[in-house]
Amino acid sequence: MMSVGQVDAGAMSPKTAFARKIGYAILYIVLIVVAVLQLFPLVWLLLFSLKNNQEVFNLPPFALPSHPKWENYQKVWEAGNIDRYFFNSVWLTVASTALTVVLASLVTYAITRMKWKGSSLVLGLFMVAMMIPVHSTLIPLFSMFNKVHLTDSPVSLILTYVAFNMPITIMILLGFYYALPKEVEEAAVIDGCSVNRMFFRIVLPMTSSVLATTAIINMIYNWNEFIFVNTFISSDSLKTLTVGVQNFIGQYTTDWGAIGATLMISILPILITFLFLSDRIVEGIAAGSVKG
Amino acid sequence: MDKVMSNKKMIALYVLPSLLLILAVVYIPIVLTGYYGLNEWNGIGSMKFVGLDNYATLIKDATFWDSAKHSLLLAVFSALSLIVYLAIAMVLAAKLKGANLFRKIYLIPMLLSSVAIAQLWLKIYHPTSGIMNSFLESLGVDNPPAWLAEPSLVLFALFIPILWQYAGFYILIYYAALKNIPTSLEEAAKIDGATSLQIAYKIKLPLVMEVIKVTIVLAVVGSLKYFDLIYVMTDGGPNGASEVMASYMYHTAFRAYDFGYGSAIGFALLIICLVATWIIRKLTVTKETIQYS
Repeated sequence: MMSVGQVDAGAMSPKTAFARKIGYAILYIVLIVVAVLQLFPLVWLLLFSLKNNQEVFNLPPFALPSHPKWENYQKVWEAGNIDRYFFNSVWLTVASTALTVVLASLVTYAITRMKWKGSSLVLGLFMVAMMIPVHSTLIPLFSMFNKVHLTDSPVSLILTYVAFNMPITIMILLGFYYALPKEVEEAAVIDGCSVNRMFFRIVLPMTSSVLATTAIINMIYNWNEFIFVNTFISSDSLKTLTVGVQNFIGQYTTDWGAIGATLMISILPILITFLFLSDRIVEGIAAGSVKG
Repeated sequence: MDKVMSNKKMIALYVLPSLLLILAVVYIPIVLTGYYGLNEWNGIGSMKFVGLDNYATLIKDATFWDSAKHSLLLAVFSALSLIVYLAIAMVLAAKLKGANLFRKIYLIPMLLSSVAIAQLWLKIYHPTSGIMNSFLESLGVDNPPAWLAEPSLVLFALFIPILWQYAGFYILIYYAALKNIPTSLEEAAKIDGATSLQIAYKIKLPLVMEVIKVTIVLAVVGSLKYFDLIYVMTDGGPNGASEVMASYMYHTAFRAYDFGYGSAIGFALLIICLVATWIIRKLTVTKETIQYS
């Protein structure tokens, strides 16, 4: 059933060949149905983001509006703080991702190349951290940040994002570092190259492809993060798209077009990135799959 | 080389920032959660040590056990859905044309934030204008249910977007694992006269068993701590019918300002997740690891 099409067709009787074709067709139909189920909600979202309420209520769900109401997008972009939320999401995502990738590279380098006691213990601490549910840390983190006046500050978010994404980033980097040939580094040491110079000039550039993979999954996690922003941040001007959108939609409960346009704005950056970098994203998600 | 690579100062410089960060943000808080749970505390004023009172209350708290039951139900649904994902991945891995495109399309919902997914599905479930009920009406169903308002249906209704969100993720993992199996094995089995179904069941399945174990842990633990989507879609309602452990903790601490009891719930959540991981690992231990190479 699973491997139709692999057997040499010449060896089959016409009857079995026909049966195989039918089997093939059924498999494709299953795959296409799943694809349609995955895409239809998003297509519907795009359609109702371009409609007014009258069209949403009176037209069939997948009918096109008489003319697309692009003004829905203009309205929400100008009315709320969507542009502000958007900007906050972008810089928080970029800053946290860059910090995570650099710090994780330093740790991975120290664990795979440097000789010190406790290196396996430290690695163990990072790996076990992956099993800890973020929710169990939420209340103490909130009160700790409160004590040092970091609630309602982006610093609290960057610290938590970096800490919680560090383990998975290290895990992906580890495999790559172990496989990296050491000869180049050995030659560099003999030439009198310092550790820092070697790390930043030789090792980091050699790992650029895996760095890109880890950066992408970090970005997706950070961009979509909700519970920490929702708990730590109270000023509207510091909120990110996930929380901002959630609050903003609360004011528009009955305006479908506005809600649709807001949601489209919040998911478009991810969809566009996926369009261009889908292979890398697929690779990153497969590599980072142990994170829940 | 060894001398340069065992310089203590350099090692500290490379490791300490990250180590301190993870201790402060992950490890100290889980110890504190357990400790706060021993106190009566509103989050602002001073703490009053009450020993194991909160934990004693927790054990008798019907709301907590209901929320644990809801989390567990989601975990069971999620674990069962893995069978479907594995079957789809097997179809995809059977050298079908377009497999790469299909698995990319399947993955798209997984990339979106749970908040966006939750808001979209709130609209999908809208009793009169959502596509769910329009679809059911077009099939001739009279009076389709108001999904999220029915206590008996709400968990099931919440599970569908979860399925939608994670399907592509698990299919992708299984697909990658299946693609790792050397094709020579399958060819050899075929020469020996094995049917495709036998190959799938007797050769492929044992070889991806390790990955299946990991995904069971992921699905179960992921469900036990599920929060964002439920928080946005139902906020635990109607009348607590979709309250899960994480949302109960959140409501107790940040709505009722009972940080002591909230911490006790958070600690229980941590223990339950760790125990679940341990049990699954124990249950799925294979006596011998199979190596074909």
